[in-house]
Amino acid sequence: MKKEMICIICPMGCHLQVDNIDGDCVVQGNACPRGANYAKQEAICPMRTLTSTVRIANAIHPLLPVITSAPVPKQKLFVIMEAVNRVQAEAPIKSGSVVAHNIANCGVDLLASRTMENIHGNKQSAGDPGHPGS
Amino acid sequence: MKQLELVIVGGGSAGMAAALSAFEQGIKDLIILEKDDELGGILQQCVHNGFGLQTFHEELSGPAYAQRYIDQIRTKEIPFETQATVIQITPDKKITYVSPKNGYQEIQAKAIILAGGCYERSAGGIQLPGTRPKGIYTAGTAQRYLNIDNVMVGRKVFILGSGDIGLIMARRMTLEGAEVVGVAELMPYSNGLMRNIVQCLEDFDIPLYLSHTVVRVEGFPNLERVIIAEVDAFRQPIDGTEKVFEADTLLLSVGLLPENSLAKQLGLAVDTKSKGIIVNEKLESDIPGIFACGNGLHVHDLVDFVSSEGNLAGRNAAAYIHGMKESAAFIKCTAGQGIGYMLPQCIHPDRIQEPLTFSLRVTKPYKQVKLRILKDGQVFKELPKRYLLPAEMVRIILKPEDLQDVRQELKVEVCES
Amino acid sequence: MKDVVIIGGGIIGCSIAYELSHYEGSVVLVEKNSDIADEVSMANSAIVHAGYDPEDGTLKAKLNVRGAQLMKQWCAELEEEYQTCGAFVAACGEGEELLLHRLYERALRRNVKVQLLDKEAAIKLEPNLSDQVTMVMNVPDTAVITPWNFALSALETAVVNGCQVYLNSPVTAIQKLSKGYAVQAGKQRIEARYVINAAGLYSDQIDQMATGIKHFTIQARKGEYFVLAKDARNFISRVIYPVPGPKGKGVLAVPTVHGNILIGPNRNDTDREDHATDAEGLAMVRSQITHTMKNVPMQETIRTFSGLRPAGNHGDFYIREEVESAGFINVGCIDSPGIASAPAIGEYVRQLIEKKHPLKRKTHYKKCKPLVRMADLSMTDKQSMIKQDPRYGHIVCRCEKISEGEIIAAIQRPIPAKTIKAIKKRIRPGMGRCQGGFCEPLVTDILSKTMNVDMCDICYDQPETKMFVGHTKEEQL
Repeated sequence: MKKEMICIICPMGCHLQVDNIDGDCVVQGNACPRGANYAKQEAICPMRTLTSTVRIANAIHPLLPVITSAPVPKQKLFVIMEAVNRVQAEAPIKSGSVVAHNIANCGVDLLASRTMENIHGNKQSAGDPGHPGS
Repeated sequence: MKQLELVIVGGGSAGMAAALSAFEQGIKDLIILEKDDELGGILQQCVHNGFGLQTFHEELSGPAYAQRYIDQIRTKEIPFETQATVIQITPDKKITYVSPKNGYQEIQAKAIILAGGCYERSAGGIQLPGTRPKGIYTAGTAQRYLNIDNVMVGRKVFILGSGDIGLIMARRMTLEGAEVVGVAELMPYSNGLMRNIVQCLEDFDIPLYLSHTVVRVEGFPNLERVIIAEVDAFRQPIDGTEKVFEADTLLLSVGLLPENSLAKQLGLAVDTKSKGIIVNEKLESDIPGIFACGNGLHVHDLVDFVSSEGNLAGRNAAAYIHGMKESAAFIKCTAGQGIGYMLPQCIHPDRIQEPLTFSLRVTKPYKQVKLRILKDGQVFKELPKRYLLPAEMVRIILKPEDLQDVRQELKVEVCES
Repeated sequence: MKDVVIIGGGIIGCSIAYELSHYEGSVVLVEKNSDIADEVSMANSAIVHAGYDPEDGTLKAKLNVRGAQLMKQWCAELEEEYQTCGAFVAACGEGEELLLHRLYERALRRNVKVQLLDKEAAIKLEPNLSDQVTMVMNVPDTAVITPWNFALSALETAVVNGCQVYLNSPVTAIQKLSKGYAVQAGKQRIEARYVINAAGLYSDQIDQMATGIKHFTIQARKGEYFVLAKDARNFISRVIYPVPGPKGKGVLAVPTVHGNILIGPNRNDTDREDHATDAEGLAMVRSQITHTMKNVPMQETIRTFSGLRPAGNHGDFYIREEVESAGFINVGCIDSPGIASAPAIGEYVRQLIEKKHPLKRKTHYKKCKPLVRMADLSMTDKQSMIKQDPRYGHIVCRCEKISEGEIIAAIQRPIPAKTIKAIKKRIRPGMGRCQGGFCEPLVTDILSKTMNVDMCDICYDQPETKMFVGHTKEEQL
């Protein structure tokens, strides 16, 4: 079986052609090796990185942007979202730190995708003016 | 009046990159003026991933990408002021800005970098026919509400325009529990990146109606229905092709425009095609020492290229402050057949010492064509391209020696044969 | 029992309230919408016509001439913007020139300052007049105002001087009492000696509710407009009218108080709930403007809108106390030149009451301090405002340069701005090129914090227009 797909690994958007999906996939049209890997994975079990937000207390905004530490199966996105919606974070938090371990038991962690200072405690918060010249 | 070597207007991806590169070149007497509450610009609301592959060789979310720059600015103690809005810039480089902390301030700068970003074309801008109900938003505004302010603008969403923010919002709204009933695009092709069509629409079975537009919105005081119709080759709606969608929200993703009001007020020449100012190979405007970069210069589809443009503007501003080589001879760079716009619009070949990047966009999709570069009307190079899409900016890098012998005009065009 | 209840908080109701607030007596104004000046007064050409246009012998002619004089005075009292930009009435060809001469003579009879200019002289002053234009009438006293802000200032000053206002209070019943009337407006039942019907598009319904008779009927007449960005401001420096025809004043080009350009209106009879623009109507405006103008910078369009005019079936304003319904004063059919006439209508209504009830002018009349507009202040005043309250230094709307302090002040006025649209009307965030794309979330946040309500409870305009359906992430219990 043949399949045409567009690589979503990077914004290049290579137009891929995958042959012999049921056996040893043969990929054409990829500009880099990641494209070949993507096409094979996409043919078996599409994976996506999930990004969303969680509630956060004591921060400059009410929401903290979050990202899964690795791609998750596409068909599990909404199940994971249900778990994400229940997470509550608290500032201060550093970009990349774990907000929820093994989210929805899918084997990946939910990470903060930015730093948020505690607006009540920390004077060096991102919202404070920096060091105006002289 | 305060004297500074460099003032950077805007603390988003372009402004931060410009500040860092100028700083590295020894410019320590500088400030970034940012109107928002924090640095980072629009990236802070772009919580999706896909940023940074070129710059950091890994895939980051928008806030994470911004964070890397913010962390560097903080580590290097590069001065910045938030909630600081620039009111006016004069040709002799006096900047008036206002902030709650310092009130109105004037700065005399040696050089200025404009990095003010872009804004979204609005419902009024496209003269959307119908009532004026609540429920019509530009995609970016709805994105801010959703991702930063923690509020949902609606539950049943139609999207006009297939620009990237619209596509990204289709996925975000769906994941957050709304139903996206369709996306209409006036052109026969999408205006967003292909990967976004796949992972934002196809992943969620959201239909994309190419060659369709919204002919009417109904409902008052709240939006109730969006009516779309197919358009003909002249983009005029075809009678009898109307489709009705029940929706409480219409998101518009119908184009971004460089925010050039300060530049216009300054009297800088504007490129009618890119809608940003006209710059030379140093990203310098027609006033020496005033530079521009990022989406405030021309709208990019990848933040990585915004950063590299900011980096270049920062280095050039530093060189200007240190005393840049004067040059009288400049040649113009022309967007030829099939090219929507090209940057820079003019260059000084004798000043170019490193590879120079030209950024351009085609006017419509092309398959299996060549990009032809002409020097004074003579074909210099032909670059074969499998695909060219208006949504995807093309970058051509030419070496200094490629440019030395141009006398009057460098031109790029699409060659279809 | 109150002395007067005014139904309708448009520019007419507010002008009447302002006029009456100078006299002893209790006045109540009721408005069905969530804000005043929300319909006809919000969407029109914003011109103080000089008074040459209405036919001889009409109430329109009389009140327009008088109103134009009073408007300047009232705007000064209220510290409202009044820009005497002047106007050209542009004739194309002999036929229109003939009509122009007739207008010219009428203007002279009414002491309206006018002057005829040939093409060369006119082009020097307005280089974008079309090539068809052969002669113009120069009307130097034509002015532009911001009708909704004028109405607001007038009513807020009335409130400071004792007038009561009920918003969100549609009138559902009017009952004749032995002396006066009982008006049911929303949850309020108000008894008053006089009822003044200034209900605009709905004035015929209010008339019938009170008197049982249709003294007039209202036809909603729609006009569609384009708003051009401030970058287009050099296109014209004065109002440009075509020669008026049997179908009204035609499509105009208007320089607004704030530096935008309006192009419109067309004219279509419709129903009173019709708020829509349509592609056909806008195309007509676009084409008709080229009769008098060239180089029209339509590419600078930032918004289109439609406005309704409450046209009466008599062709004239209908203002009188009904003989069979003593104490009920109809102020109906106020279409163009309603804005220019508004102060004179206020005066006229006061005189109607005065005929039967001598009114006593107040000895102490309070001023209502107008909203601070940072853009209008000197640098020293700007700096001291920011020093007192740093929020005046926090720019929220970058297109119009509006500060957080100005928005908060608008929320704390005698007639508070409680919605996105009310803020936008008063101080213009969202009226610029980005049309609120950047500032609307900030304005919503300021409204929520200042009024101490959840962001989800902020309305765009009417109470049923809540901005949001919920939180992205609801609180977990």
